[in-house]
Amino acid sequence: MALKPATEKYVFNIVGYAWVSIFAALCLIPFLMIVVGSFTEESRIVKNGYSLFPGALSWDAYRFIFDNPAQIVSAYRVTILVTASGTLLGLFVSAMTAYVLQRKDFAHRNVFAFYFFFTTLFSGGLVPWYILIVKYLGLKESMLALLLPPLLNVFYIIILRSFISSTIPDAIGESAKMDGAGDFRIFLAIILPLVKPALATIGLFIALNYWNDWYHAMLFVNKEPLFPLQYFFIQNIKQHRVRELLGLAELGRDRYAEGIVQAGYDGHRNGTDRAALSVRPEVLHPGPHDRRRQRVTPAAAG
Amino acid sequence: MAGIIVAFKSYSYRDGIVGSPWVGLENFRFFFESGKAWLVTKNTVMYNFIFMIVNNVLELTFAIVLFELAGKYFKRFLQSVIFLPYFISWVVAGAIAYNLFNFEFGAVNTLLESIGLSPVNFYNTPGLWPYILVYFSAWKTVGYGTVVYLASIAGIDTEMYEAAKIDGASLMQRIIHITVPSVMPTMIILLLLKVSQIARGDFGMFYQLIGSNGLLYDKTDVIDTFSFRALLDLQEFGMAAAVGLYQSVLCFAIIMMTNVTVKKVRNESALF
Repeated sequence: MALKPATEKYVFNIVGYAWVSIFAALCLIPFLMIVVGSFTEESRIVKNGYSLFPGALSWDAYRFIFDNPAQIVSAYRVTILVTASGTLLGLFVSAMTAYVLQRKDFAHRNVFAFYFFFTTLFSGGLVPWYILIVKYLGLKESMLALLLPPLLNVFYIIILRSFISSTIPDAIGESAKMDGAGDFRIFLAIILPLVKPALATIGLFIALNYWNDWYHAMLFVNKEPLFPLQYFFIQNIKQHRVRELLGLAELGRDRYAEGIVQAGYDGHRNGTDRAALSVRPEVLHPGPHDRRRQRVTPAAAG
Repeated sequence: MAGIIVAFKSYSYRDGIVGSPWVGLENFRFFFESGKAWLVTKNTVMYNFIFMIVNNVLELTFAIVLFELAGKYFKRFLQSVIFLPYFISWVVAGAIAYNLFNFEFGAVNTLLESIGLSPVNFYNTPGLWPYILVYFSAWKTVGYGTVVYLASIAGIDTEMYEAAKIDGASLMQRIIHITVPSVMPTMIILLLLKVSQIARGDFGMFYQLIGSNGLLYDKTDVIDTFSFRALLDLQEFGMAAAVGLYQSVLCFAIIMMTNVTVKKVRNESALF
């Protein structure tokens, strides 16, 4: 079927826009829902469910956060501190590693490069890493546990390395050397300014990693003043679900909810977060899934 | 890395890695006899494979379409919207998923009820989760991949398009014979990197979307979440380490095999 170029372009534009727009809408709707939900009264959500039309506008959710800002401020402080220092440090170390790995006068540079690359292919896994950080480096309950583990990403080093070697001719470094610049001077005064575009991109990724990191906090941090933002969210969401279920129980909509609300209350009274933690979907549907108390048997290990 | 020996020991925190007694392959036996080894391996590889295919098809088509589309501002708006979820953490994505799918007041069920259908208990129906996970994976990563492909398409020499136009090639012909072959190297590198990680589940995604909902494990448990639970919930250091080592060996074997295959088929695209 041969179409006229103009017709073909027309059809292509319609189909193309439709195709991308559908996906974009699917991307956007969850966000809209959350934003609208944040302005909806809690009781309304519990009664009517989430919807894209809030009805009456309510600032309760925001008031709830800002009435007691100490926690969220502390969480923001931790996250900003870790993100800023981690990004700067990570960029510096990555760029330096990348630069050294591509210097032609560095013997065995490919061996070292493969050594770095190998860690992405083969690693000890979660447990040795966890033991290393907790027992041998002693980083549990410290901000360093949030800062150091995500510091270096081998992929970023590889990207920077190929960027440096493809855009900066070796002659630049050599001529600087002839003019009497030391290695650090060459790196700081010549190489770094020249790789700025790559640094900006990689820096964005590193910063995003730090900003969105909750995993390291979950593994290594139990004290509230050290909670970064995302982990603070996790805690809050869990507590919030208890409250949502409480609202449900009042409405009598869900029989199970009453039991959970009770459990959640007990947890709060005891001041333990464990109970609040356990208010997850599995509690909604009681079954043989709570393995926390029993020793694993192969049958229960899943 | 030296910590790998934990997999062969009965680890106790007091004795440390070196001091703990050896138990040979006991930890591995425990893992494989739990009956979950095959399940979590299959889930991990299958999910990653499907994510890889679906996301790549979407990324490539979006990049091509966005590149060729007329108009400027709406196009850029669409691109930004698709890219947006990439910046959201899985924590927030998990909260969004919960608000969409939970039984009592989730948006999807609200919608179903309002058009007269009966609500679905998503967190109780393992069979639905493969679709939900594919959707969220695409939701979060396609924007990024699209940008990578767009950059690659933007690097194609425009003279080729002009020459093709003069020779009378249609828009579709130009896409199939110029754009697609030109982004092939990028695609192969991206796919190879994905394949090298095919035995590593996206822990953040599975953990935040599923949590510890045991009902869904049959369909959603991956090696990473399994190993994580063995470590933190059960304090089974030895078994968790064995699982980790098993995963690493699996990854290594897969990437080596892929690399050999790629070398045979298309030498210049091999990773190393």
